[in-house]
Amino acid sequence: MQEFLQQMVNGLSLGAIYALIALGYTMVYGIIMLINFAHGDILMVGAYIGFFSVVVLGTNIFVAMAIAMIACAVLGVVIEKVAYRPLRNSTRIAALITAIGVSFFLEYTTIFFLTPNQRVYPAEAFPVTNYDVMGITLSSKDIFVFISAVVLMVILQYIIKRTKTGKAMRAVSLDKEAAMLMGISVDKTISITFAIGSALAAAAGVMIGVYYNSINPLMGIIPGLKAFVAAVLGGIGIIPGAMVGGFLMGILETLVSGYGSSLYRDAVAFGVLIIILLIKPTGLFGKNTGEKV
Amino acid sequence: MQKTQHFKPVQFIIEVGILVVIFTLVQYLISAGLLNQYYQINLASICINIILAVSLNLINGFTGQLSLGHAGFMAVGAYASVIMTTYMELPFIVGIIAACLAAALAGFIIGVPTLRLRGDYLAIATLGFGEIIRVVLQNIDYVNGPAGIMGISKLSTWPWLFGSVVITILVIVNLVNSSYGRAIISVREDEVAAELMGVNTTKYKVLAFVVGAMFAGLAGALYAHYFYIIKPETFNFMKSFDILVMVVLGGLGSTTGAIIAAIFITVLTAALQSFPAIRMILYAVILVTVMIYRPQGLMGNRELGRRTFGRLWGDKK
Amino acid sequence: MSVMIIEHLHKSFGGLSAVLDFNAYLEEQELIGLIGPNGAGKTTVFNLITGVYKPDEGTIRFAGQNITGLPPYEICSRGIARTFQNIRLFKDLTVLDNVRIALHKDVQYPLLSAVFRSPGFFKGEADIRKEADEFLEIFNLADKRDEIASNLPYGEQRRLEIARALATHPRLLILDEPAAGMNPQETAELMELIRSIRQQFNLTILLIEHDMSLVMGVCERIYVLDYGQIIAEGSPEEIRNNKRVIEAYLGEEVS
Repeated sequence: MQEFLQQMVNGLSLGAIYALIALGYTMVYGIIMLINFAHGDILMVGAYIGFFSVVVLGTNIFVAMAIAMIACAVLGVVIEKVAYRPLRNSTRIAALITAIGVSFFLEYTTIFFLTPNQRVYPAEAFPVTNYDVMGITLSSKDIFVFISAVVLMVILQYIIKRTKTGKAMRAVSLDKEAAMLMGISVDKTISITFAIGSALAAAAGVMIGVYYNSINPLMGIIPGLKAFVAAVLGGIGIIPGAMVGGFLMGILETLVSGYGSSLYRDAVAFGVLIIILLIKPTGLFGKNTGEKV
Repeated sequence: MQKTQHFKPVQFIIEVGILVVIFTLVQYLISAGLLNQYYQINLASICINIILAVSLNLINGFTGQLSLGHAGFMAVGAYASVIMTTYMELPFIVGIIAACLAAALAGFIIGVPTLRLRGDYLAIATLGFGEIIRVVLQNIDYVNGPAGIMGISKLSTWPWLFGSVVITILVIVNLVNSSYGRAIISVREDEVAAELMGVNTTKYKVLAFVVGAMFAGLAGALYAHYFYIIKPETFNFMKSFDILVMVVLGGLGSTTGAIIAAIFITVLTAALQSFPAIRMILYAVILVTVMIYRPQGLMGNRELGRRTFGRLWGDKK
Repeated sequence: MSVMIIEHLHKSFGGLSAVLDFNAYLEEQELIGLIGPNGAGKTTVFNLITGVYKPDEGTIRFAGQNITGLPPYEICSRGIARTFQNIRLFKDLTVLDNVRIALHKDVQYPLLSAVFRSPGFFKGEADIRKEADEFLEIFNLADKRDEIASNLPYGEQRRLEIARALATHPRLLILDEPAAGMNPQETAELMELIRSIRQQFNLTILLIEHDMSLVMGVCERIYVLDYGQIIAEGSPEEIRNNKRVIEAYLGEEVS
């Protein structure tokens, strides 16, 4: 039982990270129907910016996270403008291939400038203390990750539900043309969506740096794919779905690597993906829509 | 697009003649020691990549179903053939047949459930299946898990490579330029309309997927028996993306485009061997610019030199 | 003898009934019209018959067999072909290929014969080509066979759609607003064409049309659909004088 609770604690921290990443996928998909393959790589860039902020500027981890979020928000907006906007009216396949291209670009430009080597996240940025709560080890890392993720999600919910920007985002994702006729700037709204999604990814990147202690230029691929699965699991395009999906994925993964083979850990995500796609492609929270003839 | 086909004996003889000349010339260069190791390796890579690109193009280009799992089928073929040749010490041909059958079977098993999905969902599902194949191979002790299999005999000689390329192109071009091929293309053009015109779209999607997977398996067998060693990691999704880049660059739905792109990308990869990061950045720029400025790929769905080249592959008995 | 009998067909989308207890029969070689105000559910009926949608309830019998819920390609191979309200040609393919794809379901050579280019393949392809040309000839499209479908003028695209449908060798041809967007002269030619292909191919034809002159001119019997239900059935003459039909089209207040 204790073992199980321990796994749950680990799963919740990991799940919080996946949920943050999944939110970016889901928001972008919801608004322009694009699987932003480069999303995981924005996370990687965020992790690096956080790293340099701590190492070079000597900031604490919270400032580092804020800097990473702002920088990646800008990066996200630029990527959308340069690579995705020209393709807005082309096929979804073309957009997906472009996203794969952007992903390559971020990964290998980083490798080119910063070498493919691992970097260890500075320990002084985040001193780790372990607390023992009823026999369960609760690390300050877990607490940091979980609380910051939840705070960010609450802020996101507030933005989407209560602000004018959020209203515009919901409107554009429902019907671009109608939103445009209502005086909403579609381009601006899409830019904001990318900015928010990328900022969340950057935060997740810094968290992964803290959580796993090391970063590398290809670190974004696997969490990116898993978070994508989480988004699909919850119903892509649906924001609460991404959160629930993220936590479910995190818990499932820690359970599998805890009780099963850790080698199969990465296959879990894809297994879940395929099962959900075959049984209910619209996800746990999704509604079915048919094609019009 | 397709012209009605008649059998033209004179042309047939000329075309076979050209193939024989190419084959003999290279064979002579190799046996006379005029082609050094570096060029030989590149030649083998070109052959293998042509098979991969042309077969993926059948799925992505002609059928319009974006698959990101081609490397998975290559892995199945590679392992199946190595089990036959290295483990069971059977002749290479048995290994090749086993590779094709195993990959085709994998294509069928994966294709039937996933091909119900559309567009980007299918892309992600095939990516997932490709990765699952890799992870499963990593967990099978019989094939040494992540360490892979070493000491495979180098059986992929020029005749095998050349023959495989010719057969792959012939089968796929002949398939595409037939009523079955038109049915496959109709799926890409408008699935609903195709279905209502009596085309069993699921069947043709699966058919294209199985044939594509089969040739990926062939490429895997040739790869394993040229480079001595196979590891599950070799066949990860980056390998699938490599093949995708060739297909996209050449033009979705153009076999000649896929062939040219496969040659170009292989040569580019070899030239940039010491700068892997630059190679990938270049890939990235190619993908994005091609999609933005010429989303149909460099060749679109046209074939190069229909009159000369096209018939070489098209009207063969 | 009835070639098609539809009984108690029902379909709803998210609680909204699009088709409600639809009953109809089509006699062999009859030319029947299905009319009704916009949104009455006409196209939904077509989609149910051709298998695009699965009915919630009810049965569709065609040529003595129950075809309810079969996949579209299967229904097509039983002998039902259709056109679309918004033209759905294979628009990037040639005119010829559009027709040849429709001929595929009766292809005479096996797959391996295509791969190995056996004599059967060349013979089969020649036959397909010949037959496709015959259809294009009938619809006056023969000299456009190598054009890309989307480059054809509108009226020719509509004709090509009918040619493509006929190439599947149907017993029942379903036309969804064949005259939409045509001028009166084109419409008149189309009426002539519909009559003549019915003769030539022994077809039963069911059509949706808004152009009343066309419907009244060619149809032998008409069903009127409103809010997913049949409100009238009869000869053009009867329909013209039916009070409920007039109400449905013009609104209650007029009567």
